[in-house]
Amino acid sequence: MKETEVHEEPSYLGAPYGLASWLLTKDHKRIAILYLISITIFFAVGGTFAAMLRAELVTPQGDLLTADLYNKVFTLHGVVMIFFFLIPSIPATLGNFFMPIMIGAKDLAFPRINLLSWYIYVVGATMTLGVVFMGGIDTGWTFYTPYSSIASNTNVTLAALGVFVTGFSSILTGFNFIVTVHRMRAPGMTWFRMPLFVWANYATSLVMILGTPVVAITVLLIAAERALHLGIFDPRIGGDPVLFQHLFWFYSHPAVYIMILPGMGVISELVANVSRKQIFGYSFVAFSSLAIAVIGFLVWGHHMFVTGQSIYAGLVFSIITMLVAVPSAVKTFNWTATMYKGAVQWDSPLFWVLGFMGLFLIGGLTGLFLGSMGLDIHLHDTYFVVAHFHYIMVGGGVMAFLGGLHFYWPKMTGKMYSEPLAKVASMLVFFGFNLTFFPQFILGYMGMPRRYHAYPEEFQVFNVMSTGGAMVLGVGYTLIVCYLVYSALKGPKAPANPWGATGLEWKIQSPPITHNFHELPVVTEEPYDYLHAPAPQVVTSRATNGGAK
Amino acid sequence: MSSTLPFFPPSASTVAQDVDLLYFFILGVSAFFAVLVSALILYFTFKYRAKNPGDAGADIHGSLTLELIWTGIPFVLAMVMFVWGAQLFFTLAKPPADAMDIFVVGKQWMWKVQHPEGVREINELHVPIGRPVRLTMGSEDVIHDLFIPAFRVKMDVVPGRLTTLWFTATKVGEYHLFCSQYCGTKHSGMIGTVVAMQPDDYEAWLAGGRSTGSAVQNGERLFTELSCITCHKADSSGRGPTLGGVFGSTVQLNDGRKVVADENYLRESIMSPQAKVVQGFTPIMPTFQGMVSEENLLQLIAYVKTLKPAEPAPAPVKK
Repeated sequence: MKETEVHEEPSYLGAPYGLASWLLTKDHKRIAILYLISITIFFAVGGTFAAMLRAELVTPQGDLLTADLYNKVFTLHGVVMIFFFLIPSIPATLGNFFMPIMIGAKDLAFPRINLLSWYIYVVGATMTLGVVFMGGIDTGWTFYTPYSSIASNTNVTLAALGVFVTGFSSILTGFNFIVTVHRMRAPGMTWFRMPLFVWANYATSLVMILGTPVVAITVLLIAAERALHLGIFDPRIGGDPVLFQHLFWFYSHPAVYIMILPGMGVISELVANVSRKQIFGYSFVAFSSLAIAVIGFLVWGHHMFVTGQSIYAGLVFSIITMLVAVPSAVKTFNWTATMYKGAVQWDSPLFWVLGFMGLFLIGGLTGLFLGSMGLDIHLHDTYFVVAHFHYIMVGGGVMAFLGGLHFYWPKMTGKMYSEPLAKVASMLVFFGFNLTFFPQFILGYMGMPRRYHAYPEEFQVFNVMSTGGAMVLGVGYTLIVCYLVYSALKGPKAPANPWGATGLEWKIQSPPITHNFHELPVVTEEPYDYLHAPAPQVVTSRATNGGAK
Repeated sequence: MSSTLPFFPPSASTVAQDVDLLYFFILGVSAFFAVLVSALILYFTFKYRAKNPGDAGADIHGSLTLELIWTGIPFVLAMVMFVWGAQLFFTLAKPPADAMDIFVVGKQWMWKVQHPEGVREINELHVPIGRPVRLTMGSEDVIHDLFIPAFRVKMDVVPGRLTTLWFTATKVGEYHLFCSQYCGTKHSGMIGTVVAMQPDDYEAWLAGGRSTGSAVQNGERLFTELSCITCHKADSSGRGPTLGGVFGSTVQLNDGRKVVADENYLRESIMSPQAKVVQGFTPIMPTFQGMVSEENLLQLIAYVKTLKPAEPAPAPVKK
């Protein structure tokens, strides 16, 4: 390498230059940025659909949207948010960017495949967005048969193929991560020195490669049944409509863990940092990720307690569902214990951690209601379920994503953002979220079914609250986009380690050089060694904007 | 609609209070842990706020004792919730033997109800209070789901098979009946009313309805019209097995399997006769797919269920 200038190599952002160099990049960091831009666009699209739904539900009558349009909007909201935002959100952005750096690697094991997975994502996403312009799809993101395979006259085939294609992006990312973790760790980076974010991404990758092929085949079968009239799910020609649900949930329940496990990894990093303390029970937190990934594959039947499946199958699924709650509880207690006798930094990452903990607690605990069979009969397919999975996937998943994005933003862009604005935004999101979704638990127990375009009048009060909350939430998210974009363009320069964090990623310059490290790092320390960590440097924001405490 | 708490649906069946009790138990446990963990986190946040930016927390790595405690306690509580929920589920899944049968057919986007005496109604379900009612349900098109929040019961209505649901209403009143499985354009319009009545009022209501013959009578008529009777004779001389006493019995199939002849078996034998062929018979029966509606099927099954075994029948007899 010709390193004539010893001081600073240009960062990955600037060298090489030009659009083509980005679109043909093999640098995991640039690919992470490509993903970040793509998923932000899809988050905005999915969010717009959500706003339309909430606007419709202000009044009991179906007045703003027609029933067909409403059905298409909630379907696309689900499809876009799940397949094109939540599933790639943390792994493809923060995971892509930081996982190799955290283990001391120059890149992922297969940089070209990494780029390929982004292009596959774009192709799948374009196909699915194409559906919007060709009249939409109205099956719900769950594509339940036989409605999707014989009854719906919308663009199910194209949407199904879009999801099918996007699945390969997930599989390739998972495969790439697993090989990287096994083969690319720097000298001294033993398994139990890996940051918990790496463990979480590893567990997620296992789910991706084992589960995604099943859903890909399942949606392909729907397309086949529509086109060729095979009797797979259609009972009139010998198929079984409930078979679809088994195949679908075999992936789609573990997919929830694809959405939340990386978030748990992010929170583990953040909790240790804001507490400036070794994570409590490192190996329990690490293995609980694997436990969730493995047990999560055996609970799919809890989506089907009222389909008439055998009572004994239901019993097995219920007890395993209850078991999978335990490792999540273990993580929560370990995070809590990490803060005990910490030196808690009141910077913006703390606010995201607190927000995550509050929402994830409620999301996790309400899962117990649904896992308990006798109670699930009443709650199944009501707004209680809607509230529960939004608390997990948006409350937990998106809070963790935003927390991670704020924590790593200085490293990724080399720029700081406004600390006070970040704190305000985190609180707007937290309160807006609770106002949106907490009333839905009550609506669910009252008996309001989900996917209702019009509803009886006694449900109106809570629906109005929910829509009000959604507006606050929308303001919060918009604010974040605004100040982060401003920060990227005009923000003050970030130091190498603004939060005084441990880990290889904080020992290199911000933003990193293309090959991450000037020389191969050798790891000698335990993870989260905050006794020897440098002091945070975000004090500048305190000094300039101070007095607000 | 009812003067209960605004946060809860009316409670109008024998199981409603049991379901609510389990709900309150899990709610209590959840609230306890949510408050505990939130309080601890906030307390630590304030109590251990860093004095100086460079401060480090205490050198604590973990505690096996604590890990075991907070693995063990959630595990035990989760198992209590599992067992309790499973017991309740068994109660909800097993209708009492003396339940009265009402047939329900779901189709996009309406509920068609047929009472045993033959009275029919659409998007309304009249039931007497104090008596177990069993709904046997089929779908003509896609999956629907019958949900009565006030009774805390719900069951999918799946094309190609029959499902059942039961309840005993306890309070006179009108309650929501929802379709809770998304079924297309007017899913949210596939709603109706359950009218729970005093038994006398129910009888009076039935008497006032226009009956088109009871389900069993209609089934018997179909049995002749569709020529079932030419092969399934009352004695064992037909080309098909005799159906007397078949319902509830164990049937030996020609591939060696044994199955219990329940409603779904009868349904399948009409729609896909080749799927399970009784030992000693040849698979010559044609399918009636497309020739009988879900309602006709329910009537045929109701009729077959009434058939008593012929005198010294060789077939195993139960019930």
